[in-house]
Amino acid sequence: MYWEIEIALFVFLIITAVLSLYIKDLLTAVVTLNAFSFISALIYIVMGAIDVGFTEAVVGAGVTGIFFVVLIFQTYRRSID
Amino acid sequence: MIRYKSNLIILMVSRVVSPFIMLFALYVIFHGHYSAGGGFQGGTIMAASLLLMRLAAGREIAQLQFRTILGTPLGSIGVLIYFGTGFMAMLAGGEFLNYGFLPFAGFQAAELRSLGILMVEIGVGLAVMAILVAIYDDLLEGYPHD
Repeated sequence: MYWEIEIALFVFLIITAVLSLYIKDLLTAVVTLNAFSFISALIYIVMGAIDVGFTEAVVGAGVTGIFFVVLIFQTYRRSID
Repeated sequence: MIRYKSNLIILMVSRVVSPFIMLFALYVIFHGHYSAGGGFQGGTIMAASLLLMRLAAGREIAQLQFRTILGTPLGSIGVLIYFGTGFMAMLAGGEFLNYGFLPFAGFQAAELRSLGILMVEIGVGLAVMAILVAIYDDLLEGYPHD
C-alpha cells in the first residue's frame, strides 16, 4: 500500500547494515546497528504488523544497544588502527 | 578501555526522563489486552528505564532504585504469577489458562477473561523486567568502574 515509504526504508536499511559491518569504531557500529533495528521496526509497522514492530523497537533498538555498550566498556583494544 | 566519567547533564536528563518511561511502560502493560503491546514489551520498557539510571548514574545510586539481589526473586515471582493464574483456573474446573473459570466471585465470564489476561501480563512484565536487569548486573560483575 505504501510502497514508496517501503522503498525508502529498505534503502536506509541496507545503508545502515553495510555501515555497521564496515565501521572500525565499535561504538559507532553499535549506534548504526540500533538504527538498523529501528528502521526494520518501521518496516514492520508499514507492513501492518504493529505488535512485531513494537517489540522490535523496544528490544532491538532499546535493550540490546545498552548491552552492547556495556560489553564495549569491558573490552580492550590491543592493536591501534 | 573507555573509562566511566560522571556527567552532570546526562545525569539530570536521565533523572527527568526515567519516570516518564516507567509511566509509559505501565500504560503498555495495563492496556495490553485491547491495543498493541503487552507484558513483554512493557516489561522491556520498564527494564530500559532502570538500565538508563544504571548507565547514567553508576552502580551505587542505581542500587537505591533497584537492588541487584532483587533480580532473580522478582523474576521467579513473575513466573509464579503467570503459572498461578493458569493453575487457579485449572483447580476451579477448567483447562490450564482458561480464564473463564477463575474463582473470583461476582464477575461475569467476559470480565473474568479480561482480568485473567491482565494478571498474566503483569506476571510476564515483572519477570521480563527483573531478568533483563539481572542480565545487565551479571554482565558488569567484577568490573570496578561501572
